[in-house]
Amino acid sequence: MWRVGLVFGAVACFLSLAGLVEALHARWVVDGWVSAGQVLLGSLLVGAGAVSARRARTPGVGRIGAGLVAGATAGATLGLLVWLSRQVDLRSVFVNASPTLLQLLSAGRAPDEAWLGWTLLGIVLGGLGAGAAAAPRRAVGPLATGLGTAVGLALFQELVLLVLQPEGLAPVRDWLFVAGGGPTVQGAAVVFAVATGGASVWQAVRARPSRVAVLPPRVARAVWVGVGLAALAALPVAGGPFVAQVLVIVGLYTLMGLGLNLEVGLAGLLDLGFVAFFAIGAYTVGLLTSVGEHGIAHWSFWAAVPVAVLVSLVAGVVLGIPVLGIRGDYLAIATLGFGEIVRLLVLSDALRPWVGGSQGVLAIPKPVLAGFEFSGPQHLYYLTVVASAVVAFVAWRLQDSRLGRAWMAIREDEDVAEALGINLVSVKLLAYGLGAAFAGMGGAIFAVMVGSVFPHSFQLLISIQVVALIIVGGMGSIPGVLVGSLILIGLPELLREFGEFRFLVYGVALVAMMLLRPEGLLPAAAQRRELRALEEGAEPVAVAAQEAVVEGGL
Amino acid sequence: MPILATRRMTKRFGGLVAIRALDLEVEERSIHSVIGPNGAGKTTLFNCVTGFYRPDEGEIRFGGQRIDGLRPDEIAHLGIARTYQNIRLFANMTVLENVLVGLHMHLRSTWVGAVVGSPAVRREERWAHGEARRLLEFVGLGGRLNFLARNLPYGEQRKLELARALATRPKLLLLDEPTAGMNPAETQEMIQFIRRLRDELGITILLIEHHMRVVMTISDRVTVLDYGEKISEGTPQQVQADPRVIEAYLGTRKVAAEALG
Repeated sequence: MWRVGLVFGAVACFLSLAGLVEALHARWVVDGWVSAGQVLLGSLLVGAGAVSARRARTPGVGRIGAGLVAGATAGATLGLLVWLSRQVDLRSVFVNASPTLLQLLSAGRAPDEAWLGWTLLGIVLGGLGAGAAAAPRRAVGPLATGLGTAVGLALFQELVLLVLQPEGLAPVRDWLFVAGGGPTVQGAAVVFAVATGGASVWQAVRARPSRVAVLPPRVARAVWVGVGLAALAALPVAGGPFVAQVLVIVGLYTLMGLGLNLEVGLAGLLDLGFVAFFAIGAYTVGLLTSVGEHGIAHWSFWAAVPVAVLVSLVAGVVLGIPVLGIRGDYLAIATLGFGEIVRLLVLSDALRPWVGGSQGVLAIPKPVLAGFEFSGPQHLYYLTVVASAVVAFVAWRLQDSRLGRAWMAIREDEDVAEALGINLVSVKLLAYGLGAAFAGMGGAIFAVMVGSVFPHSFQLLISIQVVALIIVGGMGSIPGVLVGSLILIGLPELLREFGEFRFLVYGVALVAMMLLRPEGLLPAAAQRRELRALEEGAEPVAVAAQEAVVEGGL
Repeated sequence: MPILATRRMTKRFGGLVAIRALDLEVEERSIHSVIGPNGAGKTTLFNCVTGFYRPDEGEIRFGGQRIDGLRPDEIAHLGIARTYQNIRLFANMTVLENVLVGLHMHLRSTWVGAVVGSPAVRREERWAHGEARRLLEFVGLGGRLNFLARNLPYGEQRKLELARALATRPKLLLLDEPTAGMNPAETQEMIQFIRRLRDELGITILLIEHHMRVVMTISDRVTVLDYGEKISEGTPQQVQADPRVIEAYLGTRKVAAEALG
């Protein structure tokens, strides 16, 4: 148990020295009382207690004891950092060990006092964590939701303020937030109370064995779909251009994710050069519609999109042919090469006269439909939503078809699939081609969103992010792609302030994901179908794990 | 005319000769067993017949047609299916989906049809689901449709592998140790089942088996391989009495006599 404490303490020290704690310290969770940085450190101490209590062999008091010890160890480790920072100049090695950080960590006390303080705080919070771990889920769950929502209110403060911009909402705004600061005490308390209450009610409703249906299931479903569509349509209006812009980017990644999901999730063909098809779609639209120097046709966007999709499809098949016989890790490396080749080709001097080299293709007009111009992100948002919906529908139909089953079969065992009469060549080429076509569609929208295409926009990193969002969402799961891109692409965009820690959090989230929930947040249909077949009470557990990861990911 | 015939078929791996100049004839609607010690080339024979390996010399004919050099999926289309010594299911797909993959080559729908959801595609999918359920009932897995294959108990995994192979509607079915790891009752059940395949569905069976009692009960003919060469062939009685088999197969006469019962 002291080992668990040591690990959590070390994580706390690491996050402090990496600068994340200080960055979050600039954010009030409750104005004048608690900062997000303090919440982060505190939650690590609570976490130490909870984890070690859960791992303790002895029940009851032994668990609480384990939590206390782990919390104390974690606190002491952090205290040690404070003490150490007074003895030696940490800043010469850790540039982020700033005076502000040390002030935060020591709370202005002498080193040994701070050390004792952290240890005591560790005992209290560790005990709290252990208590939470030992207490029944239905008591802790809503409380955790409430706390999470209160922290979320602070982290997404700008967003909430944006929504509350209209003059009529000024009283609500002033009541919830201190002007130029964080949430007010009463604001945080009310949000916490409402979220906790809501979560308990929801839990009670779900727990009831025979729910009394207010509406017939058909109607209820139609109502839900209607509400969902209305919310989807209202989002950019309520959120403003910034939110719309973020959602467009999420939509583009969703398009790519849906395409790569055919290859990786269904057919098991790991492709690390996927951005190439996104680039090909973007360049095709750019060249066909541009009114600038490199434009070749001055087509309208609507005529260029089908061509872009088709060109990407062909490119996917062309890539597929040489790598047909390559499997697994080797395939990943070969496709990685393809992605780079495409980027370097458009960057090359040889093709400069046609695609503009590093300058790219400029002056791509916005799409116009019946006199209406899709000029800003708020308009492009609707275009992206429609494109994503169409592509998701196609992916869903493919997945449940003869071809989808053949893809899954070659993912599971290529040799056996072939021995059952599946032609590997055609099935694999269809996976590469259709996956690439989806990405090409995304690229087409990207071209008109930015209004120009450069080689620089198509870095390897994009391919990696698409793979990561599929893994986080759940391999082979269509809703998983959307969830994955919201979490891995949308959240970091919204939290731009902490942008420099983006990949730190990314890495942690991916590792945590692989350890805690390797099947992804929303696993593919087959696994869920089986859960239903088993009729176990497995679902609540899955949801809880999901929440844990989402919170950890923040 | 035999349904399957190999003529002087040889398969080498580097310097090792796995099968040497094998002449094998399997009569239509027969149950034909291949036995031999470990490493005798039995599974290599299966891999050559199903197109997974290409023989270095000689030829393989199926229903009179040369099949050596064809791809595995082309051979499957001609009507050869197999099961594996170490069960190879599509582990993360459901029981039903496993069988549906087996039906793949009897379905015609294209990806465009599937996206559009044309009536023909929907009719075909309904038919395929019905057919898959029927096959699963036939092997006794009717209640397991939505289980993931990897979560089935061992005996049921064997049955599922059989159902998947049957879904391709084979004329010739190659079974690689179908009773491995089974208790006597399950083994007896499997023997009955293999007989039903031949008697009710008219499928020719080529069998690799180590349980001598199974081989001797079920087979119309037995071929004995040793170090890649055929050392004996005939009815179970003939093979059992062949001194070369006894010597090569198990070394000493006494142990062999007991084992061959």
